Amino acid sequence: MTANAAQAAVSAATEYVLEVSGVIKTFPGVKALDEVSFDVKPGEVHALVGENGAGKSTLMKVLAGNYKPDGGTIRHMGEPVRHNNPLEAKERGILLIHQELSLVSELSVAENIYLGSMPLKSFGRVDWRMLNEKTNRVLKDMHCSFRASDIVGSLSIAKQQMVEIARADAFHCNVVIFDEPTASLTDQEKEALFETIRKLKAQDVGIVYISHKMSEIFEITDRITVLRDGKTQGTMNTADTDADDITHRMIGRSLDSYFERAESEPGDELLRVEGLTITGLIDDISFDIRAGEVVGMYGLVGAGRSEVAETIFGIRKPDAGTIFWRGQPQQITSPKAAMKLGIGLVPEDRKGQGLVLGMGGRDNTTLPLVNELNVFGFMQRGRETALFDKYKKSLQIRTTGPKQPVVNLSGGNQQKFVIAKWLATEPKLLILDEPTRGIDVGSKSEIHKLIARLAEEGLAVLVISSEMPEIMGISQRILTMCEGRLTGDFSHSDVTENKLLNAASPQD
Amino acid sequence: MDALIKRMNLPDLARQQGILIAFVIFLVVVALNSDTFLTIGNVLQVLRQVSIVGTMALGVTFVVLSGRLDLSVGSMLSLTTVVVVGLHDKIGPGPAILVALLVGLLVGAVNGILIGYVRLNSLIVTLGMLSALQGVTLIYTGGKNVGIADPDATWFAIFGRGYFLDVPVPVWIFLGGALVLGVVLAKTAYGRQIYAVGGNEVASSASGINAKRIVFSAYVLSGLTVAVAAVILGSRVMGSQNNVGQGYELQVLAGIILGGTSLLGGSGTILKTVIGITILGFIKNGLLLLGFAYYVQWLVTWGVIIGAVWLDVASKRGSLFE
Ligand SMILES: Nc1ncnc2c1ncn2[C@@H]1O[C@H](COP(=O)(O)OP(=O)(O)OP(=O)(O)O)[C@@H](O)[C@H]1O
Ligand SMILES: [Mg+2]
Repeated sequence: MTANAAQAAVSAATEYVLEVSGVIKTFPGVKALDEVSFDVKPGEVHALVGENGAGKSTLMKVLAGNYKPDGGTIRHMGEPVRHNNPLEAKERGILLIHQELSLVSELSVAENIYLGSMPLKSFGRVDWRMLNEKTNRVLKDMHCSFRASDIVGSLSIAKQQMVEIARADAFHCNVVIFDEPTASLTDQEKEALFETIRKLKAQDVGIVYISHKMSEIFEITDRITVLRDGKTQGTMNTADTDADDITHRMIGRSLDSYFERAESEPGDELLRVEGLTITGLIDDISFDIRAGEVVGMYGLVGAGRSEVAETIFGIRKPDAGTIFWRGQPQQITSPKAAMKLGIGLVPEDRKGQGLVLGMGGRDNTTLPLVNELNVFGFMQRGRETALFDKYKKSLQIRTTGPKQPVVNLSGGNQQKFVIAKWLATEPKLLILDEPTRGIDVGSKSEIHKLIARLAEEGLAVLVISSEMPEIMGISQRILTMCEGRLTGDFSHSDVTENKLLNAASPQD
Repeated sequence: MDALIKRMNLPDLARQQGILIAFVIFLVVVALNSDTFLTIGNVLQVLRQVSIVGTMALGVTFVVLSGRLDLSVGSMLSLTTVVVVGLHDKIGPGPAILVALLVGLLVGAVNGILIGYVRLNSLIVTLGMLSALQGVTLIYTGGKNVGIADPDATWFAIFGRGYFLDVPVPVWIFLGGALVLGVVLAKTAYGRQIYAVGGNEVASSASGINAKRIVFSAYVLSGLTVAVAAVILGSRVMGSQNNVGQGYELQVLAGIILGGTSLLGGSGTILKTVIGITILGFIKNGLLLLGFAYYVQWLVTWGVIIGAVWLDVASKRGSLFE
């Protein structure tokens, strides 16, 4: 069905493209969705907000055919539907862009977009010319800078996301669901995404938008539905409400401050890097961090920030340059060596580098400590459980118990375990790479407070974030990177958004 | 059938233990048709029969949990068995056992270095080792069978033929080994690291775990348990052909899979391996008691494994077909 025909059908039957009523979904030990109802009009952007574990992703997966609901009804263009799998949903016109991207990185852009429904010639051969032409047309419409034949794995996260969105165009979808789409995007990339969303909107596509970032929600959405503990807490017009009201409905209390900066006076120099270089990735990076100091690092995706962090942590080998720890030059050849000095790294990629997904929360929390938390090789379950309980409480992690495999947790709660495991090592220097990605406003402010408090006790912190308010709100000093080089070093008292943006953008 | 699975609405535990339930049904069916099947004598007999494959499977479980495979254990069993039997009369039982254990450790270490440190694909390395060891075995024996001249005059007999408290010694070795290694896996820092590396090697390394050493150690352990199995086998038969271990690698893997340990690594236990291996043993024994030809067991074993894996997947996704 084409978008136009779909449109006609909508107006004939109902004013909604999507109506959800009384949907229930239970997992062992958790009622993730408890009679949820909400609806989406054509041409509107409908925000879905709620704490980590509130049930947002679950609801969207039910809509997109990934899960079957235990009860309730879903109407798509007035017709009750029950998808058996995501392809069915997509062919009906409902597309979910996942919290975790779901592309095949070895395949080309075109293959990814049309996976499962490639144009064919006789004898089942793929019609490559047609495939690439079709894809390039879609990409051109979206002003993408990459081509149909590019391999997805070689693209940045932002571009990969554009590939996912291109599917919406390609399949003439009239419901597109974005699950935390901007979590890995910089502000500029976000603007490009919003441009795309506005275009979809103009084509009368109904859009569901999940995000933990209030500013985005108030910028792009028309209505907001709040989800709490699997139940809807009402739907409002975005124009009639404000961030405080939404926050209050989400977490049941108001937040006095979103950010908190450590008040500590930085102490002695802890880490200094001089001339750190990895050919093609980072170029002549020099800076230092003192005990008790919170240093932010801002830059566009691909600027080389994560590579700097990984080099300091011994995951990457530098081609040139020296790392000094308390003034002494060090050879940090493995994470283990870095940990011995007292360095921890909360990695950007929680599923790849952060967690053992099949393990429980407790064992993940204590993984960096396996060699400490044992007597004659036997793990000390009591101490492990104590650590688990401590961080479960202080980071407000929603899990059914120490053994619940983290693969079954919501994205934000998984992220909290990545933070927990590195806090548990009690490092001297903690490097956080996009630490609050996917974490709800309430917990986020708790984590910021925690970082400030630890810094005041002498912890040195290097925070990499693409979120400007976060970087500006919690750092005492901000470094900027652009195309592998360090381009700025600002004190928090004289930094402005514009200065940061300028320093982080390529000058040509 | 789909509807049936859903409607059965068994408690989660029971659904996960589908294999066990099917097995109990099998036991009942065979027991109704055979007077000897569930006698203590026959049960011990089955346990003794599985003790060799079972002992090997203990070490291989570590390898599988760490996310790898070991296809060389059958050939390794051949080699270590001819070594221990062949050296018995020459240097005495004690030294012969020691040499066999060292050979097992050495072969495991070679696998471990190539897979853990050089980071080659485990399937290819151990498949290559499978055939390489066949060659080494033939070179060692010159193609002749080896044997122990006077089986009744050596204390070496105890490992395969002895009894302790009315239970065969090989059963003690198998179950004792299972207990020790089960505790190692479940309770120690080493065991935790095996699971972590099998679950997510990148994240484990980024948490300061020496993944290379862990993988290496799993293969060394695998080599060790194979050598122990060889001692049992050599002592039981008191002689050996060059290819006694042929096909054992598949039986070992079959038992591990049947028990429910994931071939992808990171999930499984020693108890599961013991259960899987034992079930396979009872199925073979039951079929023989029911009068089926020897080779039927191979077909049935295959069917049982497919059934077990299918049931497992079906209970996870809630339907038999996708
Ligand atoms: N496959 C699963 N098995 C068991 N429990 C699950 C599964 N998926 C989700 N849950 C549970 O359902 C609840 C809702 O999770 P969901 O992922 O929908 O949250 P969310 O609102 O998207 O949170 P976040 O903001 O962190 O992404 C959580 O308590 C989670 O632990
Ligand atoms: Mg989610």
